Amino acid sequence: MELFGIPTALLGSQLLVGLINGSFYAILSLGLAIIFGLLNIINFAHGAMYMMGAFVAWIALTKFGINYWWALVLAPLIVGAFGAAVERVLLRRLYKLDHLYGLLLTFGLALVIEGLFRDQYGISGQSYPVPQALAGGVPLGFMYLPIYRAWVVVAALAVCFGTWFMIERTKLGAYLRAGTENPQMVQALGINVPVLITFTYGFGVALAAFAGVLAAPVFQVNPVMGSNLLIVVFAVVVIGGMGSILGSIFTGLALGVIEGLTKVFYPEGSSIVVFVVMVIVLLVRPAGLFGKS
Amino acid sequence: MINSNGVSHAKTRAIVIVLFLLGLLAPALVYPILLMKILCFGLFAAAFNLLLGFAGLLSFGHAAFLGLAGYVCGYMLRDVGVSPELGILTGTVAAAALGWVFGMLAIRRTGIYFAMVTLALAQMVYFIFLQAPFTGGEDGLQGIPRGTILGLISLSDDLNLYYFVLAIFVFAFWLIYRTIHSPFGHVLTAIRENEPRAISLGYDVAKYKLLAFVLSAGLSGLAGATKMLVFKFATLTDAHWHGSGEVVLMTILGGMGTVLGPVVGSSVIVTLQNELADKVGSLVTVIMGVIFVVCVLAFRRGIVGEVSALYKRMIGAP
Repeated sequence: MELFGIPTALLGSQLLVGLINGSFYAILSLGLAIIFGLLNIINFAHGAMYMMGAFVAWIALTKFGINYWWALVLAPLIVGAFGAAVERVLLRRLYKLDHLYGLLLTFGLALVIEGLFRDQYGISGQSYPVPQALAGGVPLGFMYLPIYRAWVVVAALAVCFGTWFMIERTKLGAYLRAGTENPQMVQALGINVPVLITFTYGFGVALAAFAGVLAAPVFQVNPVMGSNLLIVVFAVVVIGGMGSILGSIFTGLALGVIEGLTKVFYPEGSSIVVFVVMVIVLLVRPAGLFGKS
Repeated sequence: MINSNGVSHAKTRAIVIVLFLLGLLAPALVYPILLMKILCFGLFAAAFNLLLGFAGLLSFGHAAFLGLAGYVCGYMLRDVGVSPELGILTGTVAAAALGWVFGMLAIRRTGIYFAMVTLALAQMVYFIFLQAPFTGGEDGLQGIPRGTILGLISLSDDLNLYYFVLAIFVFAFWLIYRTIHSPFGHVLTAIRENEPRAISLGYDVAKYKLLAFVLSAGLSGLAGATKMLVFKFATLTDAHWHGSGEVVLMTILGGMGTVLGPVVGSSVIVTLQNELADKVGSLVTVIMGVIFVVCVLAFRRGIVGEVSALYKRMIGAP
C-alpha cells in the first residue's frame, strides 16, 4: 500500500519512531518545566539524568539480574534520590543568584556525570534486550507494529498525564503551583518550601530517568545519549514555552511527529527540522506557542 | 553579574604592556603552537566575554562562529587559493554574518531562553556542517596551506606565524578594550545592570544587543580562522557544543567582566588540557566539569576578579 507515493509501512514506522521521540521530548520538557517553575533553574544535567536512568536499568540487568519492570520503578527512584542530593548539596547555594548560574552549575555537573560514565563504559553503545512480555509485533495490514514501541508511547503518555493530574488536581500539586507563584507566601502558610523544592527537583529528574529506562531497549545505552537529545528538548521548550503542562506534552509530541515525517519526505533535513521550527516560532511568536510574554 | 574590578586604567595598561613584552619573548621558552592555541582561545574567550561580562548575555552557541570561520577560511585558502589575510577576513565576515542571524533570533528572548536559543541554533549549524558538501563531513578540511602574508613572509615557519598571530591578537584585544571603554560599551553595561531603565532613557536596547552580538561573533570568527591557520585543518570539533561550554568556562574561571580574565582563563584551560590529555584520557571532561562546578559555587569572581579584590584589600582601598 502507498500513501502520497510512500509505502505505508515506511510512513507508519517513521511516524511511530516520531511518536516515541516525541513522547521523550514531552517527558523531558515536562521535567524541565516543573523544575524551572519552582527552582528557576534550567537543568542542564537533565540529559545526563536520562542517560543515568538507562544505565541503571542496564547495570541492574547485567550485574544483578534485575528485570525491566523492576528497573522501571527502581531507576527513577535511584536517580531521583541522586537528584535530591544534588539539590541539597549544590543547587541550594545558588537560589539568591542570577538564574544563569544554575544553568552553568548543572552544565558542569552534566560534564562530570557524562565523563565518568565515558571513562567507565566507553562511548560504544550497550544493548538492552526488549523484555519478553513486550517482544514481537502485530501486523496491522498497512504496517507492522512492534509491541515494545507502542508500549513506550503509551507508558510515556500515561506518565505525562499522570504528572499533569498530580499537579493540577491534587493537594501536593496545589502546593507546588502556589510555590511557583509565591514561595514566601507558601512558606508563611506553614508549608516546608525547601523540602518541596528538593522533592520537585528529585521528581523532575526521576521523570528523565523513567524516559531513560523506556529508551534503553529502543536506542543503544551510551554515555552521550542524553546530551544531544537535551539540546533538541531545549528547542522544544523554546517553541512551547514553559508556562503550560499540557502545552509541553502537546509540543513535544507534535515535534516528534514532524521529525518522523521529515525522515520520510526529506531525510537530510530530519536532524535540523526541530531547530527550523524553533526559528519560525521565534520569528512569528517570540514568546513561544504556550508562553506568557 | 560580577562587575569589572576596581583597578585603574593606568595599571591595566601597565599590565597589558608587560604581557605584550612577555608575548614577544615567549616563543624562546614555550612551544609556539601551544602559545598560538592559547592566543586563539584567549581571543575567543575575550570576544565571548564582551557579550557575557559586559552586556550580560549568556550565549551557549559561540562554537558555531569559531567553527564556521575555520571552514570558510580553510576553504578560501585551499580551494579558492586566496592569501591568508584575505582568508582570515572572509572567515571573520562570515562569522559576523552568522552572528547577525543568531542575534536577530536570540535577542527576541532573554535570560535563560537566550542561552537555550543560541545553543539550539549552534546545534543546527553543527548538523548542517555535518552534511554540507564543502565541510568534508566527519573528516573536515585537511591539509590547508598557510600561504604567505602580502606575498612576502611565509607562514609555514612556526615563528613567523606566531608573530602574525600575536599581531592579530593584539589588534583584536585593543579593539575589545576600546569597545568596552567606549560610550557603546557603557550603554551595554547599563543594559546589563538595568534593562528597563536603559529603555526608559531612550536607548534602542535591541540594537545595542544585536551589535554587541555581531561584534562578539565576528571576533570569535577571527579567532577561529586564525586557529585554523595554526593547525592547518578545520573539523567539526570546533563547532561542537562542548566548545561553546569551554569558552564559558574559560571566561568564568578567568573572571567574567574583567579585561584580562578571559585570557588568563584560556591560558589555564588550554595548558591544563595539553598537560592532561595523555595522562587521564577521557577524564579531562570530568576535570573540566569539576572546575565549572567549583567556579560557580565558590569562585564566581574568577582568578582576575579574586586577585584584584585581594590587591584592593591589601592597599586598603574602599
